Amino acid sequence: MLMDTPDETLATHAAQGDRAAFATLVGRHYDRMHGLAWRLTGSKAEAEDLTQDICAALPAKLRNWRGEARFTTWLYRVVVNAAHDLRRRQATRSRAAQGWGDWELARQDEIQVQAEAAGWLAQAMTQLPPDLRDTVALVLGEEMTQADAGVVLGVSEGTIAWRMSEVKKRLRAMAREEAK
Amino acid sequence: MTDDLHDLRKHLQAAPAPDAEAKAWAMALAMENFDRLQGSPQAPRSSEDRPKAAAMNGVRRMLNLLTSRPALAMTTSAAALVLGVAVILPVADLRLTGPGALPASETPTAKRSTPADAAAPATAPADPALDAGTASSMAEAEPMDGITAEEFELSGEILSPNLAQPEPAAPARSEPAAKTEAPGNLALSEPIEEEAAPSAPMGLPEAEARLRLEAPAETADGAVGYIAADPVIAPLPDLVQPQVQDSEAYATAAANPVKVTAEEPVSTFSIDVDTASWAVIRSSLNLGVLPTPDQVRVEEMVNYFPYAYPAPTPEAAFSTNVSVMQTPWNTGTRLVTIGIQGALPAVADRPPLNLVFLIDTSGSMEDPNKLGLLKQSLALMLAELRPEDQIAIVAYAGSAGQVLPPTPAAERETILAALETLSAGGSTAGAEGLELAYQVAEAMKADGEISRILLATDGDFNVGVSDPEGLEAYVARQRETGTYLSVLGFGRGNLDDAVMQALAQNGNGTAAYIDTLSEARKVLVDQLTGALFPIADDVKIQVEWNPAEVAEYRLIGYETRALRREDFNNDRVDAGAIGAGRQVTAIYEVTAPGSDALRNDPLRYGAAPAEGAGGEVGFLRLRWKAPGAEVSTLAETAITGAEPASEEARFAAAIAGFGQLLQGSVYLGDWGWDEAIALAASARGEDAYGYRNEAVTLMRLAQALAAN
Repeated sequence: MLMDTPDETLATHAAQGDRAAFATLVGRHYDRMHGLAWRLTGSKAEAEDLTQDICAALPAKLRNWRGEARFTTWLYRVVVNAAHDLRRRQATRSRAAQGWGDWELARQDEIQVQAEAAGWLAQAMTQLPPDLRDTVALVLGEEMTQADAGVVLGVSEGTIAWRMSEVKKRLRAMAREEAK
Repeated sequence: MTDDLHDLRKHLQAAPAPDAEAKAWAMALAMENFDRLQGSPQAPRSSEDRPKAAAMNGVRRMLNLLTSRPALAMTTSAAALVLGVAVILPVADLRLTGPGALPASETPTAKRSTPADAAAPATAPADPALDAGTASSMAEAEPMDGITAEEFELSGEILSPNLAQPEPAAPARSEPAAKTEAPGNLALSEPIEEEAAPSAPMGLPEAEARLRLEAPAETADGAVGYIAADPVIAPLPDLVQPQVQDSEAYATAAANPVKVTAEEPVSTFSIDVDTASWAVIRSSLNLGVLPTPDQVRVEEMVNYFPYAYPAPTPEAAFSTNVSVMQTPWNTGTRLVTIGIQGALPAVADRPPLNLVFLIDTSGSMEDPNKLGLLKQSLALMLAELRPEDQIAIVAYAGSAGQVLPPTPAAERETILAALETLSAGGSTAGAEGLELAYQVAEAMKADGEISRILLATDGDFNVGVSDPEGLEAYVARQRETGTYLSVLGFGRGNLDDAVMQALAQNGNGTAAYIDTLSEARKVLVDQLTGALFPIADDVKIQVEWNPAEVAEYRLIGYETRALRREDFNNDRVDAGAIGAGRQVTAIYEVTAPGSDALRNDPLRYGAAPAEGAGGEVGFLRLRWKAPGAEVSTLAETAITGAEPASEEARFAAAIAGFGQLLQGSVYLGDWGWDEAIALAASARGEDAYGYRNEAVTLMRLAQALAAN
C-alpha cells in the first residue's frame, strides 16, 4: 500500500510520526535529493554530505510540511536552501580569507578549482552565477517546468524564463570563446 | 544555442549515482532522527523545569510565552510594556512541532565526522574559490532570499554539522598557504573560527548567549537547542549541536487516574496557561486528521478560551471562582471547576506608549502570510491604541529607513498609508534598521512614557551572520536606556525562533508568531486591552478534598503539571506565571461517598472517614509570587459544594469532554460527540470573539472525522 501512496500523503503521515511512511519517503527520494545536490554543488562528495545533512534534518523539516505544494517541490526547496546555506558559509569563509588580503590563498584556490573543473560541465557551470546555476540545475537537470522551478526558487516564472535565456546567452559566449 | 542547452542538459542529467553506502548511512541517520523526534518524554513535564529548560518546542514555547505574558502592557512599572502577539502557528507546523525535538542533533555531527573529514579537505578549499566571485553578493543580495528565509532553519540545523568542518578544512587550506607564505597560516585559523559563529545564525550557542537566555526556557526551534542545552556542550569549539531534549514534545503523561481521597486527599499542580494544544488540535482537524491522543492536553484546550469570571477585588491579585455542577458524562459524579481570574491593572492609567514598528521588508517577506498579514495585524492593533500614543515605522531591507516619523496614533490614515507603502524586496540588513529604530525610539521618548520597538520579521534577520552576539548585547544595552524590544514572527515557523527569542529576551520583550489574522487579533487586539504582563509568577494550586464529602476525585488534565504535595509551600519550586487579566481553569471530577459511580471499593480496614469540616467539600489553596518577589503569598478558599454552576463552567466542561473524547478517555461512558457539541453550543455565552463558535465547529469536524 505504501508503494502506491502519494508523496503528499506519506509526508503528512510521516509528519505525524508514521515511521513507515517516513522511511518510504526517504527511500523514494534519496536519489532525487542526491541528484539535485550534485547539480547544485557540482561535487559528488559535497552532494553526499549535503544529502546526508538534509536526511538528518528531514524529520524536523517535515514539521513544516503543510501540504500546500507537491512534496517534491517542497523537497527541492529544502535541498536548494541547504545548498544556499552551504554556499553562504563558504562565502563567509572565503571572505574571511580575503579580509586578510591573502591573495595567495585565492590563487591557490583557483588552481584547485581548475584542477577539479576538468569537464566541460564544470567549466560551464562555474561560469554561471549561482542563481543561473540553480536555475539550470532545476530546469535542465531535474526537468522541472519553469513555473515549478520558480516555486522552488521563490521567484516568478518570468524570472526563470529570463534566467534561461541568460544561460543561453552565456553559453553562446562561452562557445565563442572556445572557438577562438 | 540550443546545442548549448542540450549539452548542459545532457551533462546535468548524468548525475553520478549515489554511493550506496552513503545512501544507507544517510537513511539510517534520517530514521534515527525521526525516531528521536517521536520520542516521548520519560518523566512528566514538571513545572519545575519549565521556565528554564523546559524543552518545549519553539512554537509551544512561544505560545507559552505569549499566553503567559503576551501583552501590550502598559503600566507605570517598568518592564511591563510588552507587546505580545500571539500566535498561532501554522497549522501543520504546530502540529508537527509538537514533538519538540530539534533536529540537528549531535548524532549527525558525530557520525558525520568521518565522512566530513574526508570530504572537507577536498571540498572546502575548492568551493570558496568556486564561489568567490559570488560570495559577497550571496550573503547580501541573494535573490532567493524568500526561500532561504523560510528554510533558514536549515542552516541552523542541518548544516550545522558542517560547522565541524572548519577543523579539517583548516589544515587543508593552510598547507598550501604555508608553502608560500607563513602569515597565511595564521590568518586562516582565525577567520575560520569566526566564521563558525556567523554561519549558525541563531547559534550563538556560546556560553554567554546561553546565560543570557537561560532563564526563560524559550525554546525556539533549532536554536533553542543551544540555549537549553547542557552547559557542557558550550565549550565545544566545533559547534556540535547538542541534542535537544524532547521532554515536552506532546507530553504524553497518561490521563490522571481517579484518586481515593482517603489515600491521597491532596492534589497539587502548577497552573498552565499554555494553549498550544488547542492550536495543534485545530490544525490537525482542519487538515482532516484527528489529533493523536498524545497531542491532546485537556487543560490547554480549556485554557485557550476566555472565561467571564468576576474580576478580583482591587487589592487582590486573583479572584477564585468555584463552580460545582453535575458531571455531564456521569450522573454519579460532580464537576468542581476552579477558575482563577488574574487582576487587570487599570489600563486607563497607563502612560503614553511610543511604538516603533521595525519592519523587515526583505524579499522573503513578500508573501501574503508575511508582509500582508503584518500590515493587517498592525492595522488591527492600531485601533487599540490611544490617541496620545505615538507610532513610528522603520523598515529595513527593501524600502529602507524611516517610513513614518513619529505620529500620534490618532492619525490613523497617515499611519495606514505608510504601512501600505511598504513593499518587500531586497536583502536584509537588520542591524542598521535596528539602530535606526532605537534612535527613533530615543527621540520619541518623554518623561513617563514607555518606548518599545516591535520588530516584525520572518526571521531572515541576517545580522546574525555578521555579529549575532554583538547584536544581542546591543539590544541588552538599549534595554537599559528604557527602550524595550519585542519580536513578532511572521511566516511559517522558520528558523529564527532562536534569534528572535534572543533579541526579545535581551530586549525585555516577547517573541511571538503570527500566522493568521485571527491569531493576530486574539492576542494583539482582543487581549491588548488586557495588558498582559505577568501579574504573578509561580502560581500553584493545591486542593485538599474532604473524605467525608468526596470519596474519589480526578483532576482532568494538568497531567504534565503535577507537583509534589510538599512543593506547594516550597518557594523554590517553580510553577507557571499568569498574565494580567488572564484566566486559568481547572476541573475536578469528584465522587461522593456511597455514589454508584465510585470506582474503588472502600478498604475493609480503612479508617473511618473523618467527620467535621462543616460539610466542606474541599479546601483550595493558591500560592503565587508577585513578579520579582522571592516569597509567595497564600490565598485559601473553602469549597462548599453549593457553588452554582455557571455557563463558563459548563463550556469548560464541554471542552474538557471534547479533549477526553479525543483522548479516548475511559471516563466518559456513553457520553459522545453529540452530547459534547450540544453542551458546548448551549454554553457559548456571549462569545464576543467567536472562539467558542469555532470550538463547536471543530467539535463537529472531529465528530465527522471520528465517524470515518
